[in-house]
Amino acid sequence: MLPKVPDRRGHFGPYGGRYVAETLMPALTELERAYAQARRDPSFRKEFQHSLHQYAGRATPLYFAERLTEKLRGAKIYLKREDLCHTGAHKINNTLGQILLARRMGKERIIAETGAGQHGVATATVAARFGLECEIFMGKEDVARQSLNVFRMKLLGAKVRVVEGGSQTLKDAMNEALRDWVTHVRHTYYLIGSVAGPHPYPMMVRDFQSVIGKEARRQFLKAEGRLPDYLVACVGGGSNSMGLFYPFVRDPKVRMLGVEAAGRGLRTGKHAASILGGEVGVLHGSKSYVLQDERGQIRETHSIAAGLDYPGVGPELSYLRDRDRVQFVSATDSEAIEAIKFLAEVEGIIPALESAHAVAAVMRLAPRLAKHRTVIINLSGRGDKDMTTVGDYLGVRL
Amino acid sequence: MSCIERKLAELQKRGEAALIPFVTAGDPNLPTTLKILRALEKGGADCIELGIPFSDPTADGPTIQRSSERALKNGLSLPRIFQLVRQFRRTSEVPIVLFGYFNPIFHYGLENFCRAAARAGADGILCVDLPPEESAELKRWTDAEGLDLIFLLSPTSGPDRVQLVAGKGRGFIYYVSVTGVTGARQALDVQLRSQVARVRRATSLPVGVGFGISTPKQAAWIAGFADAAVVGSALVERIEKAKGGAEKARCAGAFVSELKRAMKQVAKKS
Repeated sequence: MLPKVPDRRGHFGPYGGRYVAETLMPALTELERAYAQARRDPSFRKEFQHSLHQYAGRATPLYFAERLTEKLRGAKIYLKREDLCHTGAHKINNTLGQILLARRMGKERIIAETGAGQHGVATATVAARFGLECEIFMGKEDVARQSLNVFRMKLLGAKVRVVEGGSQTLKDAMNEALRDWVTHVRHTYYLIGSVAGPHPYPMMVRDFQSVIGKEARRQFLKAEGRLPDYLVACVGGGSNSMGLFYPFVRDPKVRMLGVEAAGRGLRTGKHAASILGGEVGVLHGSKSYVLQDERGQIRETHSIAAGLDYPGVGPELSYLRDRDRVQFVSATDSEAIEAIKFLAEVEGIIPALESAHAVAAVMRLAPRLAKHRTVIINLSGRGDKDMTTVGDYLGVRL
Repeated sequence: MSCIERKLAELQKRGEAALIPFVTAGDPNLPTTLKILRALEKGGADCIELGIPFSDPTADGPTIQRSSERALKNGLSLPRIFQLVRQFRRTSEVPIVLFGYFNPIFHYGLENFCRAAARAGADGILCVDLPPEESAELKRWTDAEGLDLIFLLSPTSGPDRVQLVAGKGRGFIYYVSVTGVTGARQALDVQLRSQVARVRRATSLPVGVGFGISTPKQAAWIAGFADAAVVGSALVERIEKAKGGAEKARCAGAFVSELKRAMKQVAKKS
């Protein structure tokens, strides 16, 4: 049986912790205390549940993908439809939880980083809902490839700060958000969107996202009368995968598969597979697997899915990988595109490029499994935001 | 007592505060940095912070970000920084603090890093994203190699953290003058004097102040109540603007001697 993690100091075995500038340490302690109080407070839990239900539109369906199952001629496949959440992805679960916390803490200003723009949109959404000032940091390259989400954030009243440093993607957006936080730490709440960052973020984001797995578990038991054989989710920073996996971690028979972004191929070096291609290191406040060069400098990454284009991964996923609790595979850009087309054609569902990585892995896995085996894919987001990117890839001008 | 502590105590006896300039190693190349280090010493630097560049410097403003990028583009690595320190040590006794982020050090291996740094002649290590809570393993090796592991405090640090750092720190305590990233600033917080006094009451270690100090006047003001003033971005900016290695070194040296002169005048007055 796996021990309960993290420990008191935010360590998941050798991973996690708090590697930040001194100025932020008191803020993290304050956040940790506020969260510990909130999670024990029935009124906070009630408010969170109510918001998930009334505002985010939960519970999301666990949908039996009948035609997908038929076409792949193997395991029975279910989709956890996080794409049906308000704002179009699972990100809203976490932003609702954290904004309620920020309000309890009396913070006036919310900042967040974003890659694909889904977390940015989800943050701008809840900031608008609760009337808080909001600034979103986004890499210049991501602003270009996710212009629709940039417009959505602005429409929601958020300021979008374009980050021009480094590779101009998610990692650089997070660097800049951390710089802003250290400067305005007294009245600003940093709403991290993944199970990454310093303690307590990896634990807290996991807890807020684990509503996905709790629901899926209940729904699956009701539909099939047993637990699923496989859970499959894409892994960038890891929030949708931890959300699905966590409520099953202590069920040893349920196998878990994390799908990393292989970009143009793991051998090309142009990928974002931190666990499969990285080494242990420290990035953005915690110890985990990190894509880095022989000097310990962080490497530039590539994935067609902006939300996976990140050189790090949540510390708990590194921990679960070392303990062989989660297996990791990867899917390339072109496999993700194929998966989008396939799912669109056979199920009438267009997944986000990120989630398409999980679908791609199942397209390889399912045919090898017997028909009585079952798989849940976390369909973490919908693909509307990606239509320009997919069109470009396929040579179609929109 | 370590080299750094000895140096600061010596100055303290004379009623002087130490001037600690910061430069990024390898910006824009190592031969230039060596020239700059020598010019800093000549200009009156009492101790030098040598920055280990990192690809993701989250505690740094634009000036030092750019300087790190320049250094990394030219293929800078830790073994080459050790070589630089070794070369400088042949002609100089000015204490050197290696200042950087944790990942390059962790990746090199903590034991190897500390051994190589000590052999090259470095005196202290400062890791801006390594608070005391995560420092046990590095501290084991800095202690073993006789290096000072320097910690930071900031305006947000409460009494419990002041105690923690006072207990674990070596060399000096680096007091961050502002809540924010590195970078030259027009004005410093007027409360800095009382904040530094609060830290000094809790420790026998010298207290240096850094982040944002950019003019001789500001450095002189700091010298009136702290044991050291660290000047980084303002110096790195001058180095960035000057053309050619010799000119960069000359500008750096001239700026440091200007700072030092202003700080010494305070010493004479008090």
